[in-house]
Amino acid sequence: MLSSQIKSNEIVFGNCNKDLLEEIIFYGMRLGAEFVEIFIENTDNASVLAEEDFITSVSPSFGRGAGIRIFKDKRDGFVSTNDLSKHGLMRSVSQAIEMLDITEKNNTDDFNGLKKHKDYSLSKKTWVDEVPSIHEISEKLLVSTKSLKKNNKIITRKGSYSRNLQEVIIASSDGTYVSDIRLHQTVGLNVIASDAQYRSNGSRRFGSSGMPNEFRLWDHEKAANDVFESSMNMLYADYVDAGQMPVVLANKFGGVIFHEACGHLLETTQIERGTTPFVNKLNEKIAHESVTAIDEGISEGSFGSLSVDDEGMEPEKSVLIKDGILKKFISDRAGELRTGHKRTGSGRRQNYSFAAASRMRNTYIAKGEHSKEDLINSISDGLYCKSMGGGSVGATGQFNFAVEEGYLIKNGKLTNPVKGATLIGEAKEVMPKISMCGNDLELAPGFCGSISGSVNVTVGQPHIKVDSITVGGR
Amino acid sequence: MNSKEITTQISEAADSLNLKKWDYGASFSNDYSVQVDKGEAKQLKASQKQILTIRVWNESNLVGITTTSDISESGIKKALNQANIASDFGNKNERTEFSPLAKDPIEVKDSKKRNPVGIKKLLTLLREAEVKLLESHESIKSVPYNGLSESFYERVYANSDGAFRSYTKSQAALYLYARAEEKNKKPRSSGSVKLGYGVEDIDIESCIKDASNKTISHLNYSSIKTHKYLICFSPESFLTIINAFSSMFNARSILDGISLSNKNSIGEKLSTEALNIYDDGLHEKNISSSPFDGEGTPTKRLCLINKGRLENFIHSESTARIFKTMPTGHAGLGSKVSVSPDWIVVEKSEENADLKISLDHSSYDGEFVYIEELNAIHAGVRASQGSFSLPFDGWLYKNGKKISIESATVAGDIKYLLKNIVNIESNQEVTTSGISPHIWVDELSITGDA
Repeated sequence: MLSSQIKSNEIVFGNCNKDLLEEIIFYGMRLGAEFVEIFIENTDNASVLAEEDFITSVSPSFGRGAGIRIFKDKRDGFVSTNDLSKHGLMRSVSQAIEMLDITEKNNTDDFNGLKKHKDYSLSKKTWVDEVPSIHEISEKLLVSTKSLKKNNKIITRKGSYSRNLQEVIIASSDGTYVSDIRLHQTVGLNVIASDAQYRSNGSRRFGSSGMPNEFRLWDHEKAANDVFESSMNMLYADYVDAGQMPVVLANKFGGVIFHEACGHLLETTQIERGTTPFVNKLNEKIAHESVTAIDEGISEGSFGSLSVDDEGMEPEKSVLIKDGILKKFISDRAGELRTGHKRTGSGRRQNYSFAAASRMRNTYIAKGEHSKEDLINSISDGLYCKSMGGGSVGATGQFNFAVEEGYLIKNGKLTNPVKGATLIGEAKEVMPKISMCGNDLELAPGFCGSISGSVNVTVGQPHIKVDSITVGGR
Repeated sequence: MNSKEITTQISEAADSLNLKKWDYGASFSNDYSVQVDKGEAKQLKASQKQILTIRVWNESNLVGITTTSDISESGIKKALNQANIASDFGNKNERTEFSPLAKDPIEVKDSKKRNPVGIKKLLTLLREAEVKLLESHESIKSVPYNGLSESFYERVYANSDGAFRSYTKSQAALYLYARAEEKNKKPRSSGSVKLGYGVEDIDIESCIKDASNKTISHLNYSSIKTHKYLICFSPESFLTIINAFSSMFNARSILDGISLSNKNSIGEKLSTEALNIYDDGLHEKNISSSPFDGEGTPTKRLCLINKGRLENFIHSESTARIFKTMPTGHAGLGSKVSVSPDWIVVEKSEENADLKISLDHSSYDGEFVYIEELNAIHAGVRASQGSFSLPFDGWLYKNGKKISIESATVAGDIKYLLKNIVNIESNQEVTTSGISPHIWVDELSITGDA
């Protein structure tokens, strides 16, 4: 039953907002909406930058806002606002209704009020007090950048930290009423090494979700050693010769290629657009039988994990590809409505100003049976990509990725470091060429930018071998 | 609250917190956008957004900052308090002050006021555009990426020294990316973007025509042999590469050790004498022009490369003070103030006798690669090292024929590229990021899979 009395005229975090949320949803349904969803957030963020031996930037920010989405048939109208008053939210609902040109009235029979409040934030309310203070962050970053100063070839040293604390309330006309608190922390180290005309970069990023102590536990010495070694290894590297060759992609962030080149093509937004070659391939072989790939939001502490997605659904573990066979797409509410693929708890958005869309969470290729050495030993002339830079996928599925740290493979052994390599290909053609998977699966945090903004994700894989791929160079 | 009221509110709140020195930048916007899918409205969006960034100086003259979307009285007080706390961590080694030019006159372009046309009109226009694009060629099967938007915004800068400046503006954008498919061939995709002050200023027909022509022109494709080729950069692709390596002109990047230039690089020969490059945020063709930067410094035209030699760096207040010059109107507003170019203008200088003027993209009949558009800039550019390896859309011209290149990258070094410019065509073209003619470069590496 809907409450007939209005108890508050503004959303207040920490209070019960059920009556006001019901009234807003009821208002939208009365105006003819088939579905109303309200996403409200309150954020408290901070970032700190250390350069050389000084803190050069401390940037706190906070804010609040609401995103209201109305569905009618298969169309949706989305309005975002910073005004969390009853008047502001109702105005947003009206605007969305008007945008969709809805003239029929009253779908209130389809709304039976909000269900019992599901509060995922109960055990998380202390996080805001448990995260490290700016002072503590600054001290550790300065120790970290000092650790990078290992010889006089290192000309710039940077350490950066950012923390996003997001409190959300999600309510919709199917009765969904949930609250949650999300905490993401990330820290990165970067160096530039220089010697005469030679220059190289080294960088590593680490991240976690829902673990207020994680930054304190971060092994900055190990991270600094990795970054330093990478920059030194690459400082005098020659440019790689371009061509077709077999490659071994390292574990952890090597998984970015699967994420970009294949994972995005398994999101229902791509089916809606008609831009995925896998649209009619469910239960068909799309990859080598050694490949099993997973997307999930449940690994504790992983950067892409969630208690509940941005549409109020608990995330599931989705086996996307099993032994090379396509088994599932990544779906959100609009994706289910428009493509028929069931929601997977993958409706995600950067913040209130974006409508949720089907997005990856922790996405990785499952481990196989081979050792890293098995993979390298199997190649007589190829490339080992130890560390990947960024990349992108074009509108027709071609991808390209920069190799940050690469080594030539000659007669089954790693030899000279090489720079300037770019991996170029298409998922449809490369997936069947992943012929060997290592037994050393590891995950790495990252940020994924797409239709609903930038979201925290994890990529991952064991070492994998691709039988042949185009390597761009000079 | 309007911008004057917010300034008063901040001033009063700062007084109550005994904060003597502060400044702020704010942005208030109303945005509307639509997307369509085969005639159906796909997503319709509207947003009201406000962003306020406040800086305060503490008694030790160290700066703290906070950004918020909450401009209520309590939100402003909280922001001032947080900025004050953050000022304890202010950078002692590089002081920040108000821009000495924050009260200088600004040049506000007299653009005609546009009113929102509304979502329904946006939707009608985009539907019509999609239909026309689909009908323009039988191989164009869909327009998977499309959008029509209009935005109305106000930007403000004010400080405790009495500086106050604001401007209001509108901008509209149309993008159409089509996908063409032919039997037994890979799908091909290309598109076009047009900007205007309002929707009525956008040349929709030309956007449809460009998107169609570009997409169709890639239908006949082939892979390219890995080799070094004579290159012709389109205006858009040359501006992309200049912007990607703009740290060469950026005083902030120099101080941070991530630029190819150094403090003493002014006067250094970077390219052929025939090349001039300016940054001209106030250019009449720049739809996104802003009359002042994040620190309130007026925007102005600045010569970056004059007859092949580095002429000026772009500056914020603090970098200008360190370099013993004046700010140039290129600052953001942050805890660490960023510096970035506005709108690049590339032109042929008077010293152009050495150029090979026979190299003209519309008439040259020798072999060359035409680079229409560079992609994946964030992944393929090493600005601090000067190197790039970028995928591109383009054509191979050979034996009088033009064939689209299936999938390839161009790799090189920016200093090599600038020094090996062999022609700068005469006609400049306006793009969304600046103005440039076609630029010819002798021998860059292309990787293909032929």
